[in-house]
Amino acid sequence: MSLVVDILSWGLLLAGGFFCIVGGVGLVRMPDFYTRMHAASVTDTLGVGFVLAGLMLQAGLTLVTVKLFFIGVLVFFTSPTATHALTRAAMIRGVEPLLADDKEAPSKP
Amino acid sequence: MFGVAALALLVTLALVLARAALGPTVFDRVQAANTVGTVAVLLLAVIGFLTGRPEFLDLAITYGLLNVIGTIAVLKFFRYGDPGAPGEPEESGER
Repeated sequence: MSLVVDILSWGLLLAGGFFCIVGGVGLVRMPDFYTRMHAASVTDTLGVGFVLAGLMLQAGLTLVTVKLFFIGVLVFFTSPTATHALTRAAMIRGVEPLLADDKEAPSKP
Repeated sequence: MFGVAALALLVTLALVLARAALGPTVFDRVQAANTVGTVAVLLLAVIGFLTGRPEFLDLAITYGLLNVIGTIAVLKFFRYGDPGAPGEPEESGER
């Protein structure tokens, strides 16, 4: 039983590390600010979720799990907030999307 | 296995720092800083397990709280030129 939980948590940790690296690669390779933000959200959602779930399985039912859960809730609420504020600020300061049509007026943010 | 996860997080940190150094606009750098914060929270948690010291989780919680406040403050500065600016007026439903 303990081996099953261990293997499961290792799988979750590996998946979390994989998705974190995917987000990092996307952050370097994507051509545009807005697409880069899209790539970074992979790290903020799937990476955080998988790594924290793997650590929770390792910790078992202790206070550590509760703390990990609170870290997850914190990232779950603050990451979209920061992303939204960042995109809005970029739109207001006039960062153009890569595929924006020049003929139409830019939409109001 | 915690070592592998920590290594993956360190690789992610290197990639994100590359974006922070390259980034053409300031918003790219702010985004990179925000992602560095998220990855650092994860790395703190993993290192806490790696060394068997779960006190690191408290540091992770504190770092996560500081991270979002720092991002919002920096953004407000770059949007209005003043971190104490009142911001934009409330949008009402009639308009």
